[in-house]
Amino acid sequence: MKSLLRLIPYLRIYKTTLLWGLVTVIISNSFTVATPFFIGKAIDTLKTGLDAHSLHHSDLLLYAGLIVAFSLMAGIMTYLTRQTIIVVSRLIEYDLRNDFLAHLQKLPLTFFQNTPTGDLMAHATNDINSVRNALGPGIMYPSDTLMTFSMALTMMLLTDWSLALLALVPLPLVSVAVYKLGKLIHTKFNERQAQYSLLTTRAQENLSGIRVVKAYVREEYEIGEFRKLSWDYLEKNLVLAKAQSVMWPLMHVLIGLSIILAMYIGGRQVISGTISIGTLTAFFTYLGMLIWPMIAFGWVTNILQQGAASMARLGKILDAVPEIRDTDETDRSIVELRGAVEFNHVTFTYKDAQAPTLHDITLSIPAGTTLAIVGPTGAGKSTLVNLLPRLYDAADGEILVDGIDIKKIPIDTLRRHIGYVPQETFLFSETLSANISYGDDGADRELIHEAAEISQISKDIIDFPKQFDTMLGERGITLSGGQKQRTSIARAVLRKPRLLILDDALSAVDTYTEEAILKHLRRVMAERTSIIISHRISTVKDADMIIVMKQGRIVERGTHAELVALGGFYADLHAKQLLEQELDEIS
Amino acid sequence: MAMHEEEILGKAYDAQLMKRLIYYLKPYKWLVALAIALSILVSALEAVRPYFTKIAVDVNIAQKDKSGLLITALLFLATLLFRGVVQYFNAYLTQVIGQKTIFDLRMEMYSHLQRLSLPFYDKNPIGRLITRVTNDVEVLNEMFSSGIVMVFSDVFMIIGIVWFMFTMSWPLALLSLSMLPVLVYGTALFRKKAREAYREVRLYIARINTFMQEHITGMLVDQIFNREQKAYTQFTEHNAGHRDANIKSILYYALFYPGVDLIGAVSVGLIIWYAGGNALKGTVTIGTVMAFLQFNEMFWRPIRDLSEKYNIMQTAMASSERIFKLLDDTTLHQEPEHPMPLPGVKGKIEFRNVWFAYADEHWVLKDVSFVIEPGATVAFVGHTGAGKTTIISLLSRFYEIQRGAIFIDDININVLSSDDLRRHIAVVLQDVFLFSGDINSNISLGNTQISDEQIRNAAIMVGVDGFIQRLPHGYDEEVKERGSTLSVGQKQLLSFARALAYNPSILVLDEATSSIDTETEQLIQSAIDRLLANRTAIVIAHRLSTIQRATMIIVMHKGEIRERGTHQELLSLGGIYYKLYQLQYKEQEAA
Repeated sequence: MKSLLRLIPYLRIYKTTLLWGLVTVIISNSFTVATPFFIGKAIDTLKTGLDAHSLHHSDLLLYAGLIVAFSLMAGIMTYLTRQTIIVVSRLIEYDLRNDFLAHLQKLPLTFFQNTPTGDLMAHATNDINSVRNALGPGIMYPSDTLMTFSMALTMMLLTDWSLALLALVPLPLVSVAVYKLGKLIHTKFNERQAQYSLLTTRAQENLSGIRVVKAYVREEYEIGEFRKLSWDYLEKNLVLAKAQSVMWPLMHVLIGLSIILAMYIGGRQVISGTISIGTLTAFFTYLGMLIWPMIAFGWVTNILQQGAASMARLGKILDAVPEIRDTDETDRSIVELRGAVEFNHVTFTYKDAQAPTLHDITLSIPAGTTLAIVGPTGAGKSTLVNLLPRLYDAADGEILVDGIDIKKIPIDTLRRHIGYVPQETFLFSETLSANISYGDDGADRELIHEAAEISQISKDIIDFPKQFDTMLGERGITLSGGQKQRTSIARAVLRKPRLLILDDALSAVDTYTEEAILKHLRRVMAERTSIIISHRISTVKDADMIIVMKQGRIVERGTHAELVALGGFYADLHAKQLLEQELDEIS
Repeated sequence: MAMHEEEILGKAYDAQLMKRLIYYLKPYKWLVALAIALSILVSALEAVRPYFTKIAVDVNIAQKDKSGLLITALLFLATLLFRGVVQYFNAYLTQVIGQKTIFDLRMEMYSHLQRLSLPFYDKNPIGRLITRVTNDVEVLNEMFSSGIVMVFSDVFMIIGIVWFMFTMSWPLALLSLSMLPVLVYGTALFRKKAREAYREVRLYIARINTFMQEHITGMLVDQIFNREQKAYTQFTEHNAGHRDANIKSILYYALFYPGVDLIGAVSVGLIIWYAGGNALKGTVTIGTVMAFLQFNEMFWRPIRDLSEKYNIMQTAMASSERIFKLLDDTTLHQEPEHPMPLPGVKGKIEFRNVWFAYADEHWVLKDVSFVIEPGATVAFVGHTGAGKTTIISLLSRFYEIQRGAIFIDDININVLSSDDLRRHIAVVLQDVFLFSGDINSNISLGNTQISDEQIRNAAIMVGVDGFIQRLPHGYDEEVKERGSTLSVGQKQLLSFARALAYNPSILVLDEATSSIDTETEQLIQSAIDRLLANRTAIVIAHRLSTIQRATMIIVMHKGEIRERGTHQELLSLGGIYYKLYQLQYKEQEAA
C-alpha cells in the first residue's frame, strides 16, 4: 500500500475539489440514513391508527413527502460526490499518463532494448487504470461506506442495541467473503487472461505465417494445436466461472441470514412488546443499508491492493534514471556545430556484456569529409555511430564534435545537427510528407520535395494516389523495404544536417537507385560530414576515408586505393568478388 | 484487437442472425433447458422472500405466535439455502453452455481460416482476422451463457413479483407499478447515453494505444529527431479526449444512480400515502405494506438486467454479423471433384502460355512459357516487380491463373488436390517465418511422420546442427515469437533444414538479399548447394554463385520472359541480363 503514497503530489493539486467531495459524502449520507426513520414512523403511525381506528392521513402524507424530499437531497449530494471525487480521479489519470510518457521520452535506448514494448503498453493502460480505480472509487466508496456504516449502525444501536448486535453477526462475514473471493477471482482471471493471450499469439503467428502453413500442408496440425489452446482456455474460463458463481449466492445467503435473525429475534421482541412494529421495519431498512457497505468494504480492499501493486510497477519505470541528459557541465551557449568529429580512445561495453563492443577507438573525421565503415556483422559499426547522437554514452575515452566533448553539448543541439538513418527503418502512421519532415515541422513543400528527390523516393511517391499526402501504416499503404529506407533517408536529409549517418541504409535499395542516391548525396553533402556504414564496395569506394572494423577495433584505414593496396580485409572482400568474376569467365 | 474498428451497433435483434446463432446451441439443448428451468426456480424462490416477512408480521407476530415465528424463520432459512445452491449451479451451468458454444464457433472459424486461400489473405488485414477469432467470438460468450438463459429468468422474476403483488393487493400493485414506465424509460436513456460515452472512451483508448505503441517502438527516431515535445503534445491531445469522454460518462452515472433511488423513494412514498388512505377500510395490512416495500426494492434488479441484456444482444448481433461474413467467405480453391492421385513426382515443370493478374487486367505475368526438366535448377532473375515471386506462388497453386496451364510431370495441376500438390513442393521464402515452439517443431512443423533423426540429418546437411547442439537445450531449445532470439543467418538455415526434412521432389527458393556477414554467407551458400542437389529447383536468385550453377537462367522483365539461357550465353547476348550484371559487378572490373 505504501506505493500509493507517490500519488500525494497529484492529490494535492485537486485538494479543494476533493474536500468538497468529502463534504457531499457526509451530507448525502445524513439524508439517506434519515429515510428509514421516516418509514418506521409511518409504519408506527399506521399501526397506532389501525389499533385506535382513527388515522391521521395528513401525518402519513407528511412522512411520504419527507421520504421523497430526503431522497432527493441525498441524490443531489451523491451527484455532486461523483462530479468531484470521480472526476478528480480521471484528471489525475490524465496527469499520470502524460507524466509517464514524458518520462519514457527521457529514457535512453538501452532501456527500450531491455523492456518489451508490450510491458510498457500494459503499464500505460492497465496499471494506470487500476491506479485510477484506487483513486476514484477507492476514495469515494470507502468514505461513503464508512459514513453509511457508522450512521446506520448508530441508528440501529440507538433503536435497539441487542437486536442490532445479533442481527449484525453474519455481516462481517460478507466483507471477508468478498475480499477472499475477490482475490481468488482476480488470480483466476489473470490466469485466464494469460491463456487468452497465448491463444491470440497463436492465431497471430498462424495467420502471419499462413504461406508457410499452406506451403507445407500443415493446416490440420495447426488446427489441432489451436484446439488444444482453445480447450485450455475453456477450462481456465470454467475455473474462473466456478469462483465467480459462488459470489452472489453466498452474498444472498449471508445477507438473508441477517434478515432472518432480525426477523426472528425482532419479531419475538415485538410480540413481547419490547419494540414496536415500526421499529422493526426501520430496522430492516437499516439492515438493507448495511449490506452494500459490507460488500463494498471487501471490494474496495481489492481495488486498493491492485492499485498499490500497479503503482509499484509504475514506480519502477518512473524511478528509472534518465542516464543521458544535460547536466551542470552542459554548455548551453553552444547552438551551432560544424561537424568535425573525433573519437579519442573510446571503449564501450554494453550493460551485462562480458567483453567490450568497442576497443580503444581513436578516429578523426574532419568537417565536410565522408567516412565509410565496413566490417562483418557484430564488429561494432552501429555501436560506434550510435555514440554520436548519444544514444549511448561511452564509459572510457571521449568523443569530440568541433573539439568539444559531446557531453558538454546540449543534447538537443547535438541531435539537431545530426541526420540519422537507422539500420532498422521506422516510419510513423502519418502521411509521407509528415514522415519526411519529421525532424523539422516548419519544412515547406519545396524542402520536402527536394529531400524526396535526393533520396530517390519522389518517383515512387508520384505514383501513389494521394502522393505526398498518402497515409502510411494500418490506415494507409505499406511501403516496400527499399521505399521505407529511401523515405527514412529523405527524413534525415531534410534537416540539412552537419553530420549525416547512414547505418546500412541502402541494403534494400537496388544498385541502380543506390548510385543515384549517392550521386545526389555527394552534391548536398559536399560541405557536410557523412558517415556511411555499408556492406557494398560500390557504396563506400568514393569515401574520403574508409575504416574496416572487426571485433570492436579499427583494423584498417585509408582510401579505397590504399586499402586495396594494403592487402587486408578490405582487399580480400574486393578480391573475392573479382575472383567470382574470373571463375565465371572460365566456366 | 478491435482497437481500430469502431463498433457499429445496429439492431438488437435480427431474426436471420439469431437463427444461425441458436443453431450453435443445438448440441447443448438439454443443458439449455435445464439452465432455463433452474433460472425460473431461482426467480420463484427469490420472489417468495417478502412473503415470509408478511407472514411473520401479519400472522405470527399479530397472533403473538412465537413458535410459529420460529417455523417461518426456519422455512425462510431453508428457502434461502436452497436458492443459494440452485443459483450457484445455474450460474456455473450457463458458463459451461457459453464456453462450449464459443469453443465450437471459434474452432469452426479457425478451421475455415486455414482453408481460405491466399487471395483472401491479400485482401484482409491479419489484425482484423485475429479480432474475429478472439474478440468477436468472446463477445458472443455473454449472449450464449448469461444472455439467453437470463432473459428467461428475468422475465419469470418480473412475472413472479407482479403475480405476488397483485394477489396481495391489486391497488397497491398498480400504484407500485406506476413508476415503472419512468424507470424503464430512464434506464433505456441512460444505457444509450452511457453506451455512446463508452464507445467514445474506447475510441480514445485505441488512439492512445496506437500512439504509445508506435512512439515507444520509434522512440529512437523521436529522440534523434528532437520530436519529444511535439510527440508529447500530440499524446496529451488523445489523452485529454479520453479524459473528457470519461468525465462525460461520469455525468450520466452521477445522474442515473441517484435518479433510480429517487424513483424508489417516490414508490415508497406512494405506498405509504395509499396505505394511509385505505388502511382503515381494512384492505391493507401492515404486513402487506412491508412486503410491498421489499418488492419495491426487488423489482429493480431484473429490469436493470434486462436492459443490460439488450446491450449484450446488440453487441452480439454486430459481432455475429462479422463472424458469419467471414464464415460465408468462400475464397476457397476450386478443388477438383475427383482429384487425380499423385503418389510420386519426378519433377518436370511446365508453364504453358500462363497469364495471371491479382486483380482485373493488371497482368503480372504475360504469356509465360517454360519447361524445367527433372533435376534441373532454374534461376529467375529480374528487377523487383518483374513477376518472379508470382511464378513461385502459382506453382503451389496459391492463386488461380486466368489463362494457360501449369503442368507437373505433364499433369495439369488443376486436376490435383492442392494438398497433394504442395506435399511435393517445398518452399523457402525470403522472409523466414519461425513459429514459437522449439527447434524440432520449427523444422518438422509438427509433422509426426518426420522422425527426430530425419530432423537431425536435415540440420546436419544444411550445417546448422553444430549451432543447435551448442544451445542449452539443443533441439528442444525454445524458439520465441518469430525466432527473435536467433540471427538472420540462423533463421535462414533453419528454414533450409525445414525444406530438406520434407525431402521434396521440387524445391522453390526465394533467396534472401538481406546483408549477412561473409561467414554466414558461405555457410548458407554451401547449404543451398546441398538443397539443390538431386531435385528440381526453382530459385529466385540474388547470389551470383547460384546463378552460375543454374542449368538455365530465365530473365523476367515486366511480367514477361525476355531472355533465357546459361550465364555465358546471356552475357554474350548483351541484353537485360548483361545490364543487370554490369550494374552489380562493374566496380570489380574497374578496380
